[in-house]
Amino acid sequence: MSDRASGWRQWKQDKQRFRPDLIGPAALPLLLFLLIPLMALVLRLEWGGVWSTLTNPVVGQAISLSMVTTLCATGLSILFGTPLAYGLARRRFRGRTMIDTLIDLPMVLPPAVAGIALLMAFGRRGLLGAPLAELGITISFTQVAVVLAQCFVAAPYFVKAATAGFVGVERELEAAAAIDGASPQQIFRLITVPLAWPVLLSGVVMTWARALGEFGATIIFAGNLPGRTQTMPLAIYLGFERDLNLALILSLILLAISFVVLAVVKGALRQRIGVQ
Amino acid sequence: MPCRLLACMLVGFVLLVSCGQSPGVPAEVVPLPSALPMVPVAEEPISGVVTVFAAASLADAFEELAVAFTARYPAATVSYNFAGSQQLAAQINEGAPADVFASANQAQMQVAIAGGRVQGGSEQTFVRNRLVVITPRDNPAGITSLPDLARPGLRLILADAAVPVGRYSLDFLAHASSLPEYTTSYSATVLANVVSFEESVRAVLTKVVLGEADAGIVYTTDAALDADRLQQIEIPDTLNTIASYPIALLVDSGQPRLARAFIDFVLADEGQRILGRYGFLAPLDSQVKHE
Repeated sequence: MSDRASGWRQWKQDKQRFRPDLIGPAALPLLLFLLIPLMALVLRLEWGGVWSTLTNPVVGQAISLSMVTTLCATGLSILFGTPLAYGLARRRFRGRTMIDTLIDLPMVLPPAVAGIALLMAFGRRGLLGAPLAELGITISFTQVAVVLAQCFVAAPYFVKAATAGFVGVERELEAAAAIDGASPQQIFRLITVPLAWPVLLSGVVMTWARALGEFGATIIFAGNLPGRTQTMPLAIYLGFERDLNLALILSLILLAISFVVLAVVKGALRQRIGVQ
Repeated sequence: MPCRLLACMLVGFVLLVSCGQSPGVPAEVVPLPSALPMVPVAEEPISGVVTVFAAASLADAFEELAVAFTARYPAATVSYNFAGSQQLAAQINEGAPADVFASANQAQMQVAIAGGRVQGGSEQTFVRNRLVVITPRDNPAGITSLPDLARPGLRLILADAAVPVGRYSLDFLAHASSLPEYTTSYSATVLANVVSFEESVRAVLTKVVLGEADAGIVYTTDAALDADRLQQIEIPDTLNTIASYPIALLVDSGQPRLARAFIDFVLADEGQRILGRYGFLAPLDSQVKHE
């Protein structure tokens, strides 16, 4: 009893010490820290040269290449990530934690490590690359390499999210549908996916966003050739050394695209949650 | 009481801001050393950390040079930042703290001069270098001569045009195209075989050594490092660009005396001997400006 009473007093005290009116000022520094560099990008831009830079073929090529490759990488992540995530969510087996941890690895690895690892595996003298080269298939320095590099670093984001999404679906609902005669495919398509949808969608967007920002693995494994493997982050990196204004404009376009996509998806998710 | 947190944050912010200003304001750096004649100041030994921004192609030679330098000046430490010269010049102009800049070409030194971090005319050529075509040891594409580079279907890797060696490679190709032994389309045909423009000369070297490309163009000094894993095809002097490497003291160096000592060491016999061992050519006498 006395324990509970002292706990209560403590809570009252803490509540007095915790000043809600200070949350704003205390939250401000990090918010500013995150926003000021982005503002600095805009302010540094020389607007006079914007049009001539935009018509530079490097810009258009980098944007379209980034869009095509990230959509492919996201699609492949969904296609191959869904079964993996479903298995991790539904099955209990030995080594499950180990697999889960292995999937975390590409997310924490420096991208340069990912690039070297991909080169060692799929390069012309690599583990799988050498037999493929015998068949006349080369992967390194092609758009396939760009997509693979993006998949390698981004797919784990989808698998993580999808696993969490599937775990969150109540087994009883799936069981009820099964009793009503639904086939496993129907259950997955009509019950599991729709219920896990908000989590799946945010996983898809995170995967796409990570693929869009991918740099280190791409420049090592896919190289840098304008129009073929030079994605927006690569064009920005080399632009920084050659033409700062080009780097700034591409950075702003990248920011704008990311912002719009993230905002639209967030809005869609909120609406959906509101309906439920 | 409610203001305590706010006040703390305000103080923190002011501290941050004032820290941020200090590098730009060389508050009480007395500019005595470089202004004084080259008389060694006996009572004050050379000490401290000298930060040297050096072209990627210098990495191995400069590492060895640092060992010899610190043997001469035991109280000194050399801290290197190796990268493509264009990247170093960009970093320097964005305010990166550095004492010495050693670039692989004049153009990037000019960038630093235009940015106001190096005084124009203070740069000195300390070595020269030349280009060579390299293939992997087993030479999978069977490249034996320079015209072979134009054979369709090859996978070539060059350095990006922003990197000095990439610029020199393009110059070499353009120059060759103008000669009767090569066709006028030589440069364009070779460039069509390029699968990647790398961000530093060492990236070109590594990828050719790994066998990812059929051939690449690097400095002779880079090729010398991996000589047993490469084949080399010489580029004749008439086509070769002889790269001149300039070195300079940064105007706002916090360690001008130490930095000057480092530059002098690079230009003097011992430094030149070490650089020569790595295949660098000595500067022409006319290029070394004596102060």
